[in-house]
Amino acid sequence: MTQLATLPGVRAERDQTAVATPVRRRRRLGPGKPIRFGAAIGPVLLLGVWSIGSATGWLDPRVLSAPWTVVTTTGDLIADGRLQSNLLTSAQRAFVGLGLGIALGTVLALLSGLSRFGEAVLDGPIQIKRAIPSLALLPLLILWLGIGESMKITTITLGVFVPIYIHTHNGLRTIDSRYVELAETVGLSRWEFIRRVVLPGALPGFLLGLRFAVTGAWLALVVVEQINSTSGIGYMMELARTYGQTDIIIVGLVLYGVLGLLFDGAVRLIQRKALSWRRTLAD
Amino acid sequence: MATHAGGLTLEKTAVEVRGLVRKYGERAVLDGVDLAIQPGEFVALLGKSGSGKSTLLRALAGLDYDVDGSGELAVPANVSVVFQDSRLLPWARVLDNVALGLRAADERGRESLAEVGLAGREQAWPNELSGGEQQRVALARSLVREPVLLLADEPFGALDALTRLKMHVLLRKLCAAHQPAVLLVTHDVDESIVLADRVIVLDEGRIVAEEPIDLAEPRSPADPGFTAVRSILLDALGVSL
Repeated sequence: MTQLATLPGVRAERDQTAVATPVRRRRRLGPGKPIRFGAAIGPVLLLGVWSIGSATGWLDPRVLSAPWTVVTTTGDLIADGRLQSNLLTSAQRAFVGLGLGIALGTVLALLSGLSRFGEAVLDGPIQIKRAIPSLALLPLLILWLGIGESMKITTITLGVFVPIYIHTHNGLRTIDSRYVELAETVGLSRWEFIRRVVLPGALPGFLLGLRFAVTGAWLALVVVEQINSTSGIGYMMELARTYGQTDIIIVGLVLYGVLGLLFDGAVRLIQRKALSWRRTLAD
Repeated sequence: MATHAGGLTLEKTAVEVRGLVRKYGERAVLDGVDLAIQPGEFVALLGKSGSGKSTLLRALAGLDYDVDGSGELAVPANVSVVFQDSRLLPWARVLDNVALGLRAADERGRESLAEVGLAGREQAWPNELSGGEQQRVALARSLVREPVLLLADEPFGALDALTRLKMHVLLRKLCAAHQPAVLLVTHDVDESIVLADRVIVLDEGRIVAEEPIDLAEPRSPADPGFTAVRSILLDALGVSL
């Protein structure tokens, strides 16, 4: 009874507040509007802290060189050509390793994703390989292949093919079985089925794998270039370490960072172009 | 394993089914179904959920490879299926979805899209279309193949009531133009009366009622004949009003 008596009063109050507040139209549970140049804010802040630290002497140059020293050192390295030649060597290794790894990962994923026999033969060993960190294979690879280019490129390839395989295979296996049914009712041949349904269906997985692969390629590159190398960005940094030149080490780090970002950006661009049919929360 | 096209042949009919049994484990979902559909005839298959109506349609579509069963069935070579979901490939543009698996069929695909009222949307992505539009693309994809038999599994089940009414008109128009034999699975009694030449009621895997629909066009639920057929069908479905 008391509830019944109070209800009309409550409702009247609510109505009043509803009139008083202006209607706000915004998404309550989405991440909200994107901030302009949002991606740059964090790095710029970091650069600011670093500059202030160096200018006030709070950062010892032997620990971390000032940003402007890094800039002038970059200029010097470009002037005497060391930067370009080392960068070229590193980029070549990364590209070749990446290319081989992508090809290997894709072929293995298709073989294992499209036939039960392929899966039985391939999936187990690849999962075992995945459990072993690529870099733990280095001692064996050095014994087998020496310390030359073939060892370096093999290491990168081994680091790259695993994420490509895992994500492409997963993409293949998670294609909706309803599409398989559709393909049967419209009478697609096996090849048409692969071209029209399987490959486009696995593309999002492949591209995700590609993003991991690119990161993996740089990681492997850093390591192999610091083992008995005579060229490459890693070699340049390793040499700088022996002379205590933190500025050159930072130039190397920045280079790795910039290259990594460029590669990742390229993959994301490909993703956006290739997956334009997809609409996600972030769009 | 399910048998297909046993000793039966199609001479004057579009579909022949005799003694069809389909079992999931011990439970017979179809328990001796006999059915014949004439060329160009529109048959609606009514039933509660679990009555076996989708199983019968999947048997005719040849999509029941893992199901135990016996009986004979014969269907034409050229069968199209419309599913409850439009089942468009999200990564293929509308026209490519319509022409899926056909060679050099862009022109036919365009005509087919125009027929379902979607001319000009050939290059859209399926995600950009409304639910009703997606289902119209699915109809275009089925009809561009000029099927002798069109199987439709609750094709309008996921659409809102207004869109569904428009789709009924469209489907009748398309069937009049292309003259396929149609088997439409539905649980909507009014839908079956509006669309079909004959309504079959399935219950626990058996055909329990069969009702020819012979009403004046356009068929209206206000028609006394309509109401009479509806109460017969509801009765067969075990719904008493």
